[in-house]
Amino acid sequence: MELQFLGIGILSWITFLPIVGMVLLLMIPKTNENAMKWTAALFTFGQVVLAVVIYFAFNRGMTGINSLEGMQFVEKATWIDIKSVPWFGRILIEYFLGVDGLSVTMVLLTALISFLAVFASWNIEKAMKGYMAMLLLLDTGMIGVFVSLDFFLFYVFWEVMLLPMYFLIGIWGGPRREYAAIKFFLYTLFGSVLMLLAMIALYFSVTIPDPMTGEKIHTFNMLAMMNPANFEPGSILAGLGTYWRHLAYIALFIGFAIKVPIFPFHTWLPDAHVEAPTAISVILAGVLLKMGTYGILRISYPMFPELAQWYALPLAILAFINIVYGALAAMAQKDFKKLIAYSSISHMGVVLLGMAALNTQGMMGAVFQMFNHGTITAMLFLIVGVLYDRTHTRDLDAFGGLAITMPKYTGIMSVGFFAALGLPGLSGFISEAFSFLGAFQTFRYITIASTLGIVLTAAYMLWTLQRVFLGQPNEKWAGLPDINGRELFTLVPLAVIVITLGIYPSFMLDLMTSSLNHLVGIVVSNGGAVAIVP
Amino acid sequence: MVEQILESLSRFLPETVLVGALCLAILSDLVFRQNRGIAPLIALGGLFLSLYYVTEQAGVSQQIFSGMIVVDPFAVFFKFLIGVTAILIVLFSFYSSEVQSTQKRIGEYFSLILALTLGMYLMAGAVNLLMMVLAIELTSLTSYILAGYTREAPDSSEASLKYMIYGALSTGLMLYGISILYGLTGATDIYGINASIAYNGVNEVTLLIAVILILVGFGYKISAVPFHFWTPDVYEGAPVTITAFLSVASKAAGFAMMIRFFRVSFIDLTPGGFPDEMWVLLQGIEWNKIVAIISVLTMTLGNLVAVWQDNLKRLLAYSSIAHAGYMLMGVVVLSNAGVAAVLIYFMVYLFMNLGAFYVVMLVANKTGKEDIDSYKGLGYRSPIVAVSFVIFLISLTGLPPTAGFIGKLYLFAALFEAKWIWLAVVGALNSVVSLYYYVRVLRNMFLRDPAEDKSPIEFSTAQIVVLIALVIPTILFGLYFAPLVDFANASIVMFGVR
Repeated sequence: MELQFLGIGILSWITFLPIVGMVLLLMIPKTNENAMKWTAALFTFGQVVLAVVIYFAFNRGMTGINSLEGMQFVEKATWIDIKSVPWFGRILIEYFLGVDGLSVTMVLLTALISFLAVFASWNIEKAMKGYMAMLLLLDTGMIGVFVSLDFFLFYVFWEVMLLPMYFLIGIWGGPRREYAAIKFFLYTLFGSVLMLLAMIALYFSVTIPDPMTGEKIHTFNMLAMMNPANFEPGSILAGLGTYWRHLAYIALFIGFAIKVPIFPFHTWLPDAHVEAPTAISVILAGVLLKMGTYGILRISYPMFPELAQWYALPLAILAFINIVYGALAAMAQKDFKKLIAYSSISHMGVVLLGMAALNTQGMMGAVFQMFNHGTITAMLFLIVGVLYDRTHTRDLDAFGGLAITMPKYTGIMSVGFFAALGLPGLSGFISEAFSFLGAFQTFRYITIASTLGIVLTAAYMLWTLQRVFLGQPNEKWAGLPDINGRELFTLVPLAVIVITLGIYPSFMLDLMTSSLNHLVGIVVSNGGAVAIVP
Repeated sequence: MVEQILESLSRFLPETVLVGALCLAILSDLVFRQNRGIAPLIALGGLFLSLYYVTEQAGVSQQIFSGMIVVDPFAVFFKFLIGVTAILIVLFSFYSSEVQSTQKRIGEYFSLILALTLGMYLMAGAVNLLMMVLAIELTSLTSYILAGYTREAPDSSEASLKYMIYGALSTGLMLYGISILYGLTGATDIYGINASIAYNGVNEVTLLIAVILILVGFGYKISAVPFHFWTPDVYEGAPVTITAFLSVASKAAGFAMMIRFFRVSFIDLTPGGFPDEMWVLLQGIEWNKIVAIISVLTMTLGNLVAVWQDNLKRLLAYSSIAHAGYMLMGVVVLSNAGVAAVLIYFMVYLFMNLGAFYVVMLVANKTGKEDIDSYKGLGYRSPIVAVSFVIFLISLTGLPPTAGFIGKLYLFAALFEAKWIWLAVVGALNSVVSLYYYVRVLRNMFLRDPAEDKSPIEFSTAQIVVLIALVIPTILFGLYFAPLVDFANASIVMFGVR
């Protein structure tokens, strides 16, 4: 399947469209803020249109993961090809893009969230130009990570996100923004240098024959790295379950765990979320956290299948800690945004639990939860943003009875809240149910213990709802205006998606089924390409 | 004999041109007392011409002046690197108010730059211990003077004096080592030393002492820990242009000489001998472990101390110590891949480090300050300069898509190939530490508001052009680095080494 426009594939378009927007934006005179906002909106909207095209053109039956034939919208070109010298083999880095059922959901999510984030940033007070430019650069980095199939390219996009994120938190954030920004930067870089080392080790271990000459070349091609037959005997990562493979797996895992974030690497998250401006919190929770789990599914699992099994139990335990610890911590918060931040940790735990199950239900639950968490948490952060814009406080005890003053707001809020606590009929329920269902088959007791998280989530969500929206109205906020059109515009699409997917999840599940089946097959067969029929 | 010398001279054109330009610059300074603008132009012209002759030498591999100096791709590479640096430094000097404020002695300044370049050229090609010492001395003496060039500034004289005392000590130790080595092997050229060790064998302990003493000399030149004490003071006290020059070219010359000395002297050169990765002639002495420890100390200390620096020149001084540590990782391997990685790193380092110093100079020109606080709000006062500085600093950290990442990638790759994985891990963690202090500058530029003066800072078009000329390769080589790697791969060929 190929879709091209002007000779350039659709994935390149969707990836680099924001960069084009950024360049145009930088040429707009400083005073014309409206033009900047609309340029950013236009280009991210273009991305959404492309995402919709991808959604409809996507072939639901193809597998992907480790098979080139199963990848869709593939673009492959030689980027860097350094001919071999006696002491250093040929170096081949490809510009290799493609999507499968695992990444297509994330591409859709990223396009949507980025577009909404532009509108959530409408009232940025200083340096609009810099802000929008950084946002668009970040956007390219995010999409790029999800569509890259060359590890080198993946790494470049992964790192490209760091700098804009640092500035977005650091310049436009709250009072402790400097601390939060540098903490985020250092944490993530620490993770990514470990990933870099694992990447180099993989590079030296994997060779593929040159189709023309048969000469063996090292490659960063991810698909080649997933095939155990490509590992050179005697190379550092050859074999199964060796010492070095364990080290490489752990290095990759820490790199991804910091992004998720998995306990005990989570401490940057509450700081970053609380200090970041609303739109950036939305992107952070909506998209960036998914990169950690995406990385594990895209890289760690298929490249180290035997270790994915070996570490399934520890991962399940970490998932349990994430779920329960996140929920307990959320319950103790007085700051609205911090509460949502901790609830993210808890919800990402569900993703991990589904992944650890290593069966199709669990995996589907995990990836679906990644998408749903993206939409639901984006809603929650937008909801907090609406309130904060009006009152400049996020103290949960400062409110009360808002349902009377802001009825429309309360209505849309309840969709988000109930979706977050997993009410049947809303999307969050389906993915949580799948995750737990899958995990129950593999880790019975851990799953039972983890369901405690659902109860806790319901508790803190309802308690928050009660404190903020019900009860005696606080006199101080009597005259608060209700939610305005622009804010509704950011929330309604998300609410529609949450409700639609809650009623008919197949809109999304159909995209991922065959790829995830295939992924489970790869992992349980230690890298063999045996697919399990559902 | 005469023929031989003539032949040698024809291979010595880059150096000859420099000597000629040097004499012309001094003369012009004496003759045209009213017109001080001539000497700088002579310097620039001389450097361009000599760079042209350097490129003419591509592919040559031969000994000249009866085995004193070699012209080979390895030497040509470093001469090219040093020549480009020197040209950029001369350009910087045109815009440096520090240098331009001393109009009376400006001819002296540019002639010394030429002499310094000459010394470094010789260092890149020297294969005889005596020639090596002479080249080091020429480089050192001129850099002492240049470090103290702005006599009016008290810290400049202090810097010069400190530099000289440390330099004298380390050269003394190095000479002592060389004399022991001569006593052991009876040869002063490094090929003879190799042959002597290979065929006659020498007392290992004595050899160890000799080589450690020689290492002191190299360590001083590249400011490796524990021979780095002069670096921060000299870098802070010297004019920024000279600091930038020393941090790139002088380090490059030191590395060139060190790599050549170790590779030629201690690697089995006999046909069909051991593979070149093995330091066979130093069996029993684990040389690469000593270098590895120096490398770890250098980068860790450089990075950790840089965290506490508030003066930008000092901060960059410690950062350049750390970078010497990274490059030493390539020397640890000393395989072809390791040497190629060092060469790649140097090319990248040239642009990003000179760029960073250039920004420091531009800002100091306008604000008169070099401390980190004076950078507050620079992002709003001069966006172009601040954004360029971000790119240089990110590249120094080693983040893609900048060239600094490619440099690190190749170093780590060389280490992985030679199974020095723990060293790669240390190097990688070090770059995380380095992020912290580079980001401190970013933070002041963009996250903080200007302290008192909020007015925009204007720079001339020419100044911005030079800046952009440094930014472009820093990004371009990060995105497309094939030419860089090909050049480095072609340049690791040393005369007499398989």
